Amino acid sequence: MTESLLLSAPARPSGPPGPDGRVLPLRRPGRWAAGFVVLVLVSQAAHGLITNPFYQWARFAYWFARPVVLDGLLITLQVTAYSAVLGLAGGVLLALCRLSGSPVLRSVSWTYVWLFRSVPLIVVLLFLYNLGALYPTLGIGIPFGPAFLTFDESRLATDIVVAVAGLSLCEAAYAAEVVRAGVLSVDQGQHEAAAALGLPRRYRFARIVFPQALRSIVPSYVNQLIGLLKATSLVFYVSLLDLFGTVQNLAGTYPGDVVPLLLVATVWYVVLTSLVSVAQFYVERYYARGALRTVAPTPLQRARAGLRDLRIRFRKETAR
Amino acid sequence: MTTTGIAAAARPPAVEVHGVHKWFGGRRVLDGVSLTVAPGTVTVILGRSGSGKSTLLRVLNHLEKPEAGHVSIGGEPIGVRRQGNRLRELRESAILAQRSRIGFVFQNFNLFPHLTLLDNVAAAPVATGRLSRQQAQTLARELLTRVGLGDRTGAYPRQLSGGQQQRVAIARALALRPGVILFDEPTSALDPELVGEVLSVIRDLATGGTTLVIVTHEIGFAREVADEIVFLHEGRIVEQGPPARVLDRPEHPRTREFLSRVL
Repeated sequence: MTESLLLSAPARPSGPPGPDGRVLPLRRPGRWAAGFVVLVLVSQAAHGLITNPFYQWARFAYWFARPVVLDGLLITLQVTAYSAVLGLAGGVLLALCRLSGSPVLRSVSWTYVWLFRSVPLIVVLLFLYNLGALYPTLGIGIPFGPAFLTFDESRLATDIVVAVAGLSLCEAAYAAEVVRAGVLSVDQGQHEAAAALGLPRRYRFARIVFPQALRSIVPSYVNQLIGLLKATSLVFYVSLLDLFGTVQNLAGTYPGDVVPLLLVATVWYVVLTSLVSVAQFYVERYYARGALRTVAPTPLQRARAGLRDLRIRFRKETAR
Repeated sequence: MTTTGIAAAARPPAVEVHGVHKWFGGRRVLDGVSLTVAPGTVTVILGRSGSGKSTLLRVLNHLEKPEAGHVSIGGEPIGVRRQGNRLRELRESAILAQRSRIGFVFQNFNLFPHLTLLDNVAAAPVATGRLSRQQAQTLARELLTRVGLGDRTGAYPRQLSGGQQQRVAIARALALRPGVILFDEPTSALDPELVGEVLSVIRDLATGGTTLVIVTHEIGFAREVADEIVFLHEGRIVEQGPPARVLDRPEHPRTREFLSRVL
């Protein structure tokens, strides 16, 4: 009772500061000025990009979705996809070896990672390309003994196989470190709790440790993946016509179109990288389950919330 | 196997520790500890920090391998098997099977943050092949209700308070229907106002006849629920007996010193 009496007492000096209790936001003229300058610069750059005849946008449009370019794009996608999957699988295997109790497995894994991180990808690719000369046939049999099955390597090792093998070998070395870091980032208490419950080893890794490790593996591996996507442009040197190789070839035939052709390749790589980034957002969001109390909103949800706020603000302003 | 296991557990002691020694590097943590816990009783282990309480508890379910001596739970040696007059280390899968019959509750809960409460509790019975997914979830719902969280089954652990998380951890340990449950300072990571809710769940278990071994600093709680108090100092049991004797008329100077400091 006394409280409500006190609150209703008018004209007290400790009352609300403004008529409606609102705090006016600080004016920031510097921010406005800087924003204006940057916008001018950006629009100037965009204007130059569009109007400069050097870029030959008409030729760009002509080449952008040509079947020959799309064929190259398909090769790029195939090589990236196979190498990403094989590289990650190899990386998980190497990481498990590195974390195992066996000193032999540990040192083999360490040596592999050391070797393939040291050798440039292009050297690995060219090595594999010329491997046919070193080992003309490959066989499965008793080590150091007779072979039961032999393959003619020149038939087995097509260009795409060489490209995927080279990229996967290198990718696995980097992926191994990414996966290992992820597994180490999982709290020791999780291993202990799983062990105390008697969960079988495979279940423990597949359902308890790895899903938690993925939270830190995903951002680093996507980084890796984008690097891989662009590294596929090197397969041109093992005579595989990927996106970059195709563009390079066409530029040889149409020397006048070098710039628009390079733009075609650039835009396609940007598109692919953007798609990977979008996928990353949702994968990360999925593996954040339980790690955050509330999951971050998707861009769509954020846009909707922003629109709603704007509408409310607009209504308030007009009602004034 | 499980039914005969329960029937047999009525006869041999629930827990037997035979002359266990444990070193961490050059430091001796357990120095010839021997202990017998009768089935259906509550044993509380007290001692200063660093006295080896937690290590002893972790040796009981083989999270720590003792350098000498061994532990039997329900008459079965843990982590080892007899071969003639020697002890031989068991395969990991066999140790895991033994651990699944011993409940363990951690100081830091160690719930699986990426699983819902229901899956946290249901995971172990499914993974060890004891129950179907359906049965395990029914059991999990039942156990979560029993610890007062029946309405939060779909939540993730980090959305809960510490006291609630520890109650889930107890439900998770109960899902394997263990013969013995080990508590490693279950209330030490909790705010004082949350300690009570966890202790009341443990109290229910104690009166329900489950064998409990508890490491705790809650002397009042120990006095209330313990059948036996074990006082550990520098890796040795220096005093042991019912709370009325150990807590009210301690004989060993170390016990007296400890109690005068915490009471």
